[in-house]
Amino acid sequence: MNAIEIHNLSKSYGKVHALKDVSFEVKQGELFGLIGPDGAGKSTLFRLLTTLIAPDSGSASLNGLDIVKDYRSIRSCVGYMPGRFSLYPDLTVEENLQFFAALFGVTVEESYELVAPIYRQIEPFRKRRAGKLSGGMKQKLALSCALIHRPKVLLLDEPTTGVDAVSRSEFWEMLAGLKKHGITILVSTPYMDEASRCDRIALCNEGQILGIDTPNGIVQGFDSPLYGIKARNMFALLETARNADGVTDCYPFGEWHHIVTDGSFNPDMFIREFERIDGLEITPVEPTIEDMFIKLMKR
Amino acid sequence: MKGNFGSFVKKESLHILRDRRTMLVVMLIPVMLMSLFGFAISTEVNDINVAVVAPQRTDGIKDAVKRLSQNSYFTFRGYINADDIDKELRSGNVNAVIVFASDYDRRVAQASQGVPVAPIIQLIVDASNVNTAGAATAYMQNMLSGAESRQAMFETRMLFNPQMKSAYNFVPGIMGLIFILVCAMMTSVSIVREKESGTMEVLLVSPVRPIKIIFAKMIPYFIISCIVLATILLLARYLLGVPMSGGVAGIFSLSLLYLMLSLSLGLLVSTITDTQMAALLISAMVMMMPILMLSGMLFPIENLPVFFQALSNIVPARWYIDAVRKMMIQGEPITVVWQNCVILLVMTITILCISLKKFNDKLE
Amino acid sequence: MNETVISVKELTKRFGAFTAVDSISFEVGRGEIFGFLGANGAGKTTAMRMLCGLSYPTSGSGTVAGFDIMREGEQIKRHIGYMSQRFSLYNDLTVWENICLFAGIYRLTKRETQERATELLKTLDFASERDTLVGALPLGWKQKLSFAIATIHHPEVVFLDEPTGGVDPITRRQFWELIYKTAESGTTIFVTTHYMDEAEYCSRVSIMVDGKVCALDTPARLKQQFSADSMDEVFRTLARGAKRGE
Repeated sequence: MNAIEIHNLSKSYGKVHALKDVSFEVKQGELFGLIGPDGAGKSTLFRLLTTLIAPDSGSASLNGLDIVKDYRSIRSCVGYMPGRFSLYPDLTVEENLQFFAALFGVTVEESYELVAPIYRQIEPFRKRRAGKLSGGMKQKLALSCALIHRPKVLLLDEPTTGVDAVSRSEFWEMLAGLKKHGITILVSTPYMDEASRCDRIALCNEGQILGIDTPNGIVQGFDSPLYGIKARNMFALLETARNADGVTDCYPFGEWHHIVTDGSFNPDMFIREFERIDGLEITPVEPTIEDMFIKLMKR
Repeated sequence: MKGNFGSFVKKESLHILRDRRTMLVVMLIPVMLMSLFGFAISTEVNDINVAVVAPQRTDGIKDAVKRLSQNSYFTFRGYINADDIDKELRSGNVNAVIVFASDYDRRVAQASQGVPVAPIIQLIVDASNVNTAGAATAYMQNMLSGAESRQAMFETRMLFNPQMKSAYNFVPGIMGLIFILVCAMMTSVSIVREKESGTMEVLLVSPVRPIKIIFAKMIPYFIISCIVLATILLLARYLLGVPMSGGVAGIFSLSLLYLMLSLSLGLLVSTITDTQMAALLISAMVMMMPILMLSGMLFPIENLPVFFQALSNIVPARWYIDAVRKMMIQGEPITVVWQNCVILLVMTITILCISLKKFNDKLE
Repeated sequence: MNETVISVKELTKRFGAFTAVDSISFEVGRGEIFGFLGANGAGKTTAMRMLCGLSYPTSGSGTVAGFDIMREGEQIKRHIGYMSQRFSLYNDLTVWENICLFAGIYRLTKRETQERATELLKTLDFASERDTLVGALPLGWKQKLSFAIATIHHPEVVFLDEPTGGVDPITRRQFWELIYKTAESGTTIFVTTHYMDEAEYCSRVSIMVDGKVCALDTPARLKQQFSADSMDEVFRTLARGAKRGE
């Protein structure tokens, strides 16, 4: 049985189609990522799965429980971390954890073993008010709270947004650790570079799913030759490359600009044609999730 | 799951205790309002400057003036000419002028023999402060009528509150207001705060019925209200000297019913609002205004236009204030105000049912 | 580096016993895109507030756009632009009304306002959205618009606080192209971001750890210095050494 099954789910708010006919499934124990920018419908999907809102059409189930019919039973088997870390800022770290334990009718001691690897990092600050924690620490506390009742399915809505790169990568290591306990995790993020941490990902934009596969599968779907170019004046290079023969797209990508090309493109010819450009370099590059996302968005 | 309930109450109490400023305000407001209404904003007849116009200073008039000046509430400012009445009142030198008829003594004598006579005393009062003017007029009538025979032309008697001490009237009003403030406003704001901060999402997604959490939320506010209630009753009794002859137990039980009602109102407000600001505004505009205007706290209900009189029937505070007034000042036992109790009980149940029905365990 | 637009010397801010910003010194030249990186709680926001004339340093000195941050806070505010992820624009006003409002705040004349507003809509390719409520725009568009508005008065420096959080990859790049264009016209850009690929777009990058600037150079030289392949690696190497949590 799949841990999460979603069939043709749609949801509108007035004229805004937040989710359009979305279908996919997440296997038991899988770490599944929903990758997409704000407005992609990620939060709406989470709210549907946590039974906070009802779908306009379509159906979905978690652990075989229907999100409309069995919503009461679903609520005891999912752990949910909404977009904003929903902690009580005026309660201490310890009090927050105890409250969420009480909410699910468990004690902190019963579940300590599961949350320990995460909670231990913030335990030295257990008497500190949650409102006074840094972003990364809040995130760890919120995750501990979501895990306290040993849920079978963990739903994390943008847990890494607004958190610095180091805390983010620590967070993904924690999620990898949780996989060992057989917990199914559905996580959303706007950061494309985090996609590779997932078993499978769904790229989503404007309420639709652009593609679902393993991170590798996704990038293998990128079928045009991709090159990185750079020069002394990167901004001017952007305009030049866009008008070059055989180039279908050109966009900044970190240190390099990426150029997407068609079959007619020849890198040597490109260098020769633009040799007047100071410091021009070109090199073939492996496409990333972000390249694929851009390509799918423009399709 | 029963053990949970205690921890929810604990969590809510922590929220309240950590917010010291709000706590302080809630505890101080009743004390402030009681002192303010009790002493400062007073409709008491006190230090009224009175001048007298008397064509002849007959024995009868002298006698009346003597009684007036002996009274601690009035200050006799001397005799003036009829032409100066307007000037004296305008300048604020005097608040009231008593004009005796020129044949005062004769007419009093006639009246005492049972002969019907035309008015023999005219009271001219500066009514720019309506409350004081009304009270002063009533009191002077009351006092001057004693100057005449037993068959006086008017008879007014001030019952229950012979000095028209305003604090007596305001205490029930303040109680009606303060409990709405503490219970309805604070509970609704604290529930809506969870919606705003996103914690409500997590509460909703937990297996605990959210309504249980909501009730746990109400308990600390209920306790605070009880403390406030006790404070008000103590202040009323010992600071303002309100007699409370109707029995403190009765007043307390009635107030508990009213507290329940306020809490239900708070819950209702929280179900229809999504931001703390909206909850505050609704509590203030939709609940406080009617209490001030339509509950008989500031204006007697009988003086309102018919439409507002009808409207006042659905303001819970009206029934509460009316009942407390009867019990506190007139010394009636709770059995006399049973109708008010029934009305309040029905209102509580209705509001509670509506809000429980409206309270959604979904987000939309 | 030609002309210096931002210059700070031993800038320090203490809150009680806590030193949020610990004696930082750097200079930023005209037209530079200066990346200001740091982990959460490293002191970025506090430093940025001092530079914008919103708070006084405990010690140290500095000038922004030629004005002293100690004495001429008001002058600084008039010569800089500021855009943060949180406060962008008024959602209940239209695009045009927002532009005019901020033009008014920065005391542009009526004619300047008309000119700048029209120019701005053209650069953004927003002409058709002139009368759309800002609330109805997608996030990426809002961010582009609020950047354009932050530069409406041709400020010397624009401070951008995580301008691209949550924005889709295409719009994010369009946003950076806007930044490039603005920098080319001589406006200095001072930007914080959590996207490490964006650090690569900067002319120079500073990385703050525990209130101190512990690295400052061009992305290429930083990578060389820390023998790293990407700015992400550089950042992690440095930020891992952080002692304080905030």
